Amino acid sequence: MSVTVAMATRTLTLRNALAYRHAWWIFVTGFLEPVFYLFSIGVGVGRLIESFDVNGHPIPYAEFVAPGMLAASAMNGALLDSTFNMFFKLKYQKLYDQMLATPLTTTQVALGELTWSLLRSGVYAAAFLLVMWADGLVHSWLAVLALPAALLIGFTVGAVGMAFTSYMRSWQDFELVTLITMPMFLFSATFFPLSAYPGWLQGIVACTPLYRGVVLCRELTTGQVTLDSLVSVIYLVVLGAAGLAVVGRRLERLLLT
Amino acid sequence: MISARGLRKSFQQKGQEPFEAVRGIDVEVRRGEAFGFLGPNGAGKSSTMRMIAAVSPVSGGSLRILGLDPATDGSQIRGRIGVCPQEDSLDTELTVAENLYVYGRYFGIGRAEVRRRAAAQLEFVQLTERGGAKVEDLSGGMKRRLTIARSMINDPEMVLLDEPTTGLDPQARHVLWDRLFRLKQQGVTLVITTHYMDEAEQLCDRLVVMDKGLIVAEGSPASLIAEYSTREVAEVRFGIGENESSAGAVESAVGRRAERVEVLPDRLLIYAADGEAAVAAVHDAGLQPVATLVRRSSLEDVFLRLTGRTLVD
Ligand SMILES: Nc1ncnc2c1ncn2[C@@H]1O[C@H](COP(=O)(O)OP(=O)(O)O)[C@@H](O)[C@H]1O
Ligand SMILES: [Mg+2]
Repeated sequence: MSVTVAMATRTLTLRNALAYRHAWWIFVTGFLEPVFYLFSIGVGVGRLIESFDVNGHPIPYAEFVAPGMLAASAMNGALLDSTFNMFFKLKYQKLYDQMLATPLTTTQVALGELTWSLLRSGVYAAAFLLVMWADGLVHSWLAVLALPAALLIGFTVGAVGMAFTSYMRSWQDFELVTLITMPMFLFSATFFPLSAYPGWLQGIVACTPLYRGVVLCRELTTGQVTLDSLVSVIYLVVLGAAGLAVVGRRLERLLLT
Repeated sequence: MISARGLRKSFQQKGQEPFEAVRGIDVEVRRGEAFGFLGPNGAGKSSTMRMIAAVSPVSGGSLRILGLDPATDGSQIRGRIGVCPQEDSLDTELTVAENLYVYGRYFGIGRAEVRRRAAAQLEFVQLTERGGAKVEDLSGGMKRRLTIARSMINDPEMVLLDEPTTGLDPQARHVLWDRLFRLKQQGVTLVITTHYMDEAEQLCDRLVVMDKGLIVAEGSPASLIAEYSTREVAEVRFGIGENESSAGAVESAVGRRAERVEVLPDRLLIYAADGEAAVAAVHDAGLQPVATLVRRSSLEDVFLRLTGRTLVD
């Protein structure tokens, strides 16, 4: 009897869906945060701002902030399961020990868990896109592509988050996750453009995963796609794949001793 | 089913010499038998079991499971065996029935089939009524039974049980033993570790006694007792602190009626073919133990003879 990656992924997804059945409201809270920011800053503060330039085209401020929050909601979707929840499963619930006593391999477990993060990202992003559309913040059919873009963000954040988590020793270490994601959320050209930074800082911000996600989503929802999007896609794919490879190796080191 | 030659396991430790948990053991387990690893805590039983379960790489020697090499065919081996680890590793976020269903799906078993098997296994371990319960709400014995049911979901050729009854009350142990007997009757090969000699005697056709990573004796429970102990043991207890000082007097009292006298902190063990005769000799010599008891020899005595220590301390 051998188990294919697809079968393993389906089963792990089923397992996570069953486990979440009684905690669906956790799903909702994670989704609401960027929505609140959109209305408070994007729409509220946006009233005070005349207009805004994206790639030389003037757009309302809310339309600038919305794709940033879309990328952030994709990140949020992947973050919780790949960090806190994975740590709990790894160290306390010993869930992966169980799985590895079956024909499943560490790579299959890593992929299956990542798929869950990805799905959650996808659900968040789809709902967020609907909110944007209902609020008249979407002007291009290219916005449909923001959904796969959000899945890509979920893939990368999930894989890197899991890789980080595999090195964590205690719950205290998770302060680090907040310390990284909080500034990313605020400073990745989510609320103001990259040009607000001095040159050297622009270079650094441009290399963060959320910034790449924001650029990608923004170019798609505003319909102004440039080479920057391609750079983002390649960047996110490579970073995600690297994270995934680390997770597989780490699970082996930690559990198959 | 299992063939180990010079099998070793060492654990790398930061800033220290690697720790050798298993130091070269030879084991052959045949199809359909119930095989035991008996030994105290820290003997290396779990380390050995994890290597056999293909979740722990071998550090030295050779190991074949079902004719396969765990280093290269781990996934395939795991698909054909069942594992009941020392610590229950149930999925606490799922119900009892979901635990079986999802676990079966990890093996790639079809939906309808796994549903059928899950129901049958729940029946087998007498948990059908608890199918919808949360795992946390089960008693220790029920969790253990669920773990056993789970280990059977892939219809394994061999089941590894690491200390299946440790921490259970006597009644729960007997229920579990009964289930394990039935598995054995169904032709499933059982590999059991335990530090309870009664469990080893009850369940195992053949066993090895392990201590400090090595095998110190091997055989059936009866043959081990015959080889390393006497037919009976007389336990005599003197007042607190008087056991050791009375040993010499007891030895001369029983003389050639006993093979040897073992001193434990709380009692003396007289190994003799006829225990009653030995006790009578002690009384005849004017010694006055506060309590005496004659019993059949057990694997505990074998272990004591081999290592000078008791199994559970
Ligand atoms: N992962 C590990 N790292 C370091 N030492 C270990 C590890 N696992 C087990 N040991 C040590 O190996 C010895 C044998 O342990 P184990 O195989 O669990 O014994 P048993 O199951 O017979 O009680 C013990 O001294 C234990 O501390
Ligand atoms: Mg053990």
